[in-house]
Amino acid sequence: MSIFAKFEDIRRTLEDLSITGQNPLNVHFDEIRSPVEGIVNGRRVLLFGTSNYLGLTFDADCIEAGVHMLRQSGTGTTGSRIANGTYAGHAALEKQLAQFYGKRSAMVFSTGYQANLGLISALAGREDHLFIDADSHASIYDACRLSSAEIIRFRHNDADDLARRIGRLKGKPGCRIIVTEGIYSMLGDTAPLREIAAVKRATGAYLIVDEAHSMGVLGTRGRGLCEAAGVEADVDFVVGTFSKSLGAMGGFAISDLEGFDLLRVAARPYMFTASLPPSIIATVSAALARISHDGSLGMRVRANGLRLYTGLAQAGFPLGPQPNPVVAVKMPDRDTAVEFWKQLLAEGVYLNLALPPATPGSLALLRSSVNALHTDEQIDCAIAALCRVGVRLGVIKRPAGRAAPVMQPEKIALPAE
Amino acid sequence: MAQQLDSIGVQIIEVLAGMIPPGTPVSAGTRIARDLGLDSVAIMDFVMELEERFDILIPLDQISDVETIRDLSNAIEALVKD
Repeated sequence: MSIFAKFEDIRRTLEDLSITGQNPLNVHFDEIRSPVEGIVNGRRVLLFGTSNYLGLTFDADCIEAGVHMLRQSGTGTTGSRIANGTYAGHAALEKQLAQFYGKRSAMVFSTGYQANLGLISALAGREDHLFIDADSHASIYDACRLSSAEIIRFRHNDADDLARRIGRLKGKPGCRIIVTEGIYSMLGDTAPLREIAAVKRATGAYLIVDEAHSMGVLGTRGRGLCEAAGVEADVDFVVGTFSKSLGAMGGFAISDLEGFDLLRVAARPYMFTASLPPSIIATVSAALARISHDGSLGMRVRANGLRLYTGLAQAGFPLGPQPNPVVAVKMPDRDTAVEFWKQLLAEGVYLNLALPPATPGSLALLRSSVNALHTDEQIDCAIAALCRVGVRLGVIKRPAGRAAPVMQPEKIALPAE
Repeated sequence: MAQQLDSIGVQIIEVLAGMIPPGTPVSAGTRIARDLGLDSVAIMDFVMELEERFDILIPLDQISDVETIRDLSNAIEALVKD
């Protein structure tokens, strides 16, 4: 038997997805021209599935900072911080992050995935209990597998269920650690953080919030859902990524708790991997400096999310529960979702296809994300394309003549070739 | 002992009935993932329902050792006594 026999179901799924052309899980971009435009198969497409929320990937200051540091410090660190040492940029960025959040300490990881892996697996030891939201990101589930703690899921965004489950531990020893996210990346909904923080206080648990999709997006200072919900003092650890709002790659964790820096010699995904190259650290630092003094990008991405969400809701698409920069369109079934995604790409709009088991409730989703640089016209163009395909595939009804302007696709030009 | 295990097994199958097509044959030896076609998330959701039914916590790491309905019944029996 082949060692790959265990992947037979996956092989069949991939073959199904490839039968009618472009495989949605294997898109090749010829070129990325800007945060809002790319080239696929020689055709221009509008990018509505990149999680590049603030559109900083082509920011001139970030690029200049990165190029300068690339020439000054070389292409990489070629090893971990505990072996090859900490560079001035690593230490400075950690100080900058701590100041941004108003907390005592920050740790930089090489990816956001590793930030969750490192923080959660190191914190949660034997006898401890991790309580994770049922819809947690894969990095949180994988972190749980790497930890020695017992793992309990609570119902998605249900603080009462969380409290009930913690209560079932009764007098068992060990720490209780709650893990939740700011914006959930599949449906774009936010955690009920005030209620969860209340459970944390009542039960003496620790609270970790992953702000991967909400840093720079929520809160007047861009500090995420913790800031927007007014619970920053209750949150023991914030985890985040540099690969979305900050336009690069890497991850971080911050905390006010004394002892946090011990994780530098306890968190294996921090210790046993190469540290981020100085050039990436420099672009992240420039991006963080920008959002620290410029709240306009966050306002813009929130407004853009609302525009896309409202337009699609008015068109009759079933969506996630809240307007946020992640807008998920619920498809009636997997085959329709795949066909919808392909036709949308042909219409010049790229977004993400999300299929079970990566989605909550076994939903097939078209997951879009806006960024701060999308113009109103581009968002309306995407809505119009979704409407055309939606009508064609019977997902929505043909709009009535008195519909809002965004509902009249013929009036909205596609981007010029 | 045997009676209690049977009772747990019956309740497991009752909970499971809401998650699989009607008429699907299920016995103590049914392999939950392979025979019923439940994916990893569906199995975790199934376990969450069982936690409610039995008013217990079933840590995820214990699920990885469970293959059949009988395994699950034994695991729950131990947790109920705990």
